[in-house]
Amino acid sequence: MRQRRQILGWLLVLGALHVLVACAGFFAPYDPVQQDREHPYLPPMRVHVADERGHLHLPPFFYAVRVREGSVNQFDEDTGKAFPLGFLTTGARYRLLGFLPCRLHLFGTEGARLYLLGSDGFGRDQFSRILYGGQVSLLSGLLGAGCTLFMGAIIGAVAGFYGGWRDVLLMRLAELFLALPWLYLLFALRAFLPLAVSPLKAFLVVIVVLATVGWARPARLVRAVVLSAKERDFVRAARGFGASNGYLLRRHIAPETSSVLLTQAAILIPQFVLAEMTLSFLGLGIPEPAPSWGNLLASLQQYSVLVSYWWMYLPAVAIVPFFVGYQGFANALNLHVAADKIEEKRGVPS
Amino acid sequence: MNYFLRRLLQGVLLLIGVSFLTFLFSTLAPGNYLDEMRLNPQISSATLAALRSQYQLDRPLPIRYARWMNSIAHGELGYSFAYNSAVAPLLWVRARNTLLLTITATLLAWGLALPLGIWSAERRGGLPDRALSWATSTLLVIPDLVLGLGLLILTARSAWFPTGGLVSVAFENLSPLRKLSDLLMHMALPVTALVLSALPILIRHIRAAMVEVLGAPHLRAAAAHGIPHRKLLYGYALRAAANPLIALFGFSVGTLLSGSLLVEIIMSWPGIGPLLLEAILARDLYVVIGGVLFSTVFLVAGNFLADLLLYWADPRIRTTAGAR
Repeated sequence: MRQRRQILGWLLVLGALHVLVACAGFFAPYDPVQQDREHPYLPPMRVHVADERGHLHLPPFFYAVRVREGSVNQFDEDTGKAFPLGFLTTGARYRLLGFLPCRLHLFGTEGARLYLLGSDGFGRDQFSRILYGGQVSLLSGLLGAGCTLFMGAIIGAVAGFYGGWRDVLLMRLAELFLALPWLYLLFALRAFLPLAVSPLKAFLVVIVVLATVGWARPARLVRAVVLSAKERDFVRAARGFGASNGYLLRRHIAPETSSVLLTQAAILIPQFVLAEMTLSFLGLGIPEPAPSWGNLLASLQQYSVLVSYWWMYLPAVAIVPFFVGYQGFANALNLHVAADKIEEKRGVPS
Repeated sequence: MNYFLRRLLQGVLLLIGVSFLTFLFSTLAPGNYLDEMRLNPQISSATLAALRSQYQLDRPLPIRYARWMNSIAHGELGYSFAYNSAVAPLLWVRARNTLLLTITATLLAWGLALPLGIWSAERRGGLPDRALSWATSTLLVIPDLVLGLGLLILTARSAWFPTGGLVSVAFENLSPLRKLSDLLMHMALPVTALVLSALPILIRHIRAAMVEVLGAPHLRAAAAHGIPHRKLLYGYALRAAANPLIALFGFSVGTLLSGSLLVEIIMSWPGIGPLLLEAILARDLYVVIGGVLFSTVFLVAGNFLADLLLYWADPRIRTTAGAR
């Protein structure tokens, strides 16, 4: 019971984080590709509730920034120019969840742009880019994991259910994929797909690569479950009544694999998000100007950026909660499965 | 002896399988290195055709594979278009640097994880155990990329260690001792990143294995006989827990290799990582295949070492291997 509550708790956390990213257009004040060439590499700006004399202001405000005298890349707040923050304002057009045309934003500004987490080399708002980037990264993780689990489940089920030469062939192939260090495998697969393509095609390429990288482990786990499931009494009984192979697999054996697949999903999704980040970081994944968590960090490969503009690292910090969420979810699931097993051994119905 | 032969044979079969698989994938690749040259108006189509046949890009897959196998026999591992030389010497220089990094990191990670894991298993539920468990959970959720970049920024701002490259520019003029310290300083950052990324999993597994063993009756009996605590932990318990840990060793080689690939690129360490990335971007086919094959060779070697250790540590394997 305690485990179940834990799982629900982590699911809630993950759900909240995913809604934040899925509705990026609403939570982000600006368009992720809109440039502001006048303000490259601005440090994060502060939102104030109290002004210099200590008076409180209710809609919070922020100051415009200006270059510090005698410097080229140091900035000060220009306390003469205050801009109030507007809530639930209309701003840049976007499509909510990818299809609903919308202009409503949680907060917005007029007159000057507020860079909560600083701006990048083209003066684009990092905060907005992180939220939008999550759409690409999380979606590729989710779709990649979905494809890989689908492939793994089918391959594992075929190997386990039919056995014989199919089993030997598929499992040897799986061993080959498992034998390689996964990042090398990822690189090798990426190396043999087209390089300079449009963001949408690159996204598809990344998903194909991810799906191919990961199928072996779920396939082996599913095979083990199927092997034991097909000898269970109710499956034999159904077979005795004349059930076809397809029916048996669909009705009786597939449900048995659900817990394995769920646990694998909790492990694979963050791993695939990370894989997408790695590819995009190295310039092998989603190309500019589309934001993704990986290519947001790509500018850090230049030493000057690394030394001078620490806020370019903020996207890396911003994504950590997602990994915490998935890790916690996977742990809770594992505990739940382990507790189930103990109960089964004791013969207590759960 | 049979046991090792069988293991070795399995390793070789695996290598052949991986090489065949990468070759198969490579035929799916759209375009090759010569496509870039075709865009250059100074290179005539006759030259291109000559190059095509020289590199055998016009031959069918089985023949190319056979040719490539033949070049392995000559110690060449195929031909790099971008570097205009055989792949093997190219790969070897980089592989040395990668191995330097990975082997150091493996030794260091295990050297740290063993005492920490044992210590935390011994004080199960105590403050150090809980603190360590928090630390490992925290490290576990921080991705390699984030960790590596974070360390890099930290060092770049503090200037504690050099942030890239293998040695300093003036390396050739240093005394042998200074050379060593220079190399160590340059290694510090990538090795730290690798160790930190490998450590949490190792500590967790070691702790779990030790906790299981420490509850066993034979250890309680040994303790009752008055065997000193330290000897009990490191001599008896560790020996009994060795079996799963040795399997973990083989696995850790794989994770460290993967980690090293990324860390090398982030911290510009001249290993396989940057070479592989360049080769992918330039469509330098044989270098990619060579890099992947290198990782497999090293992984197979790591697993073979694990088998050797297992043979030494677990007498049951000796008897069953002998019986077969």
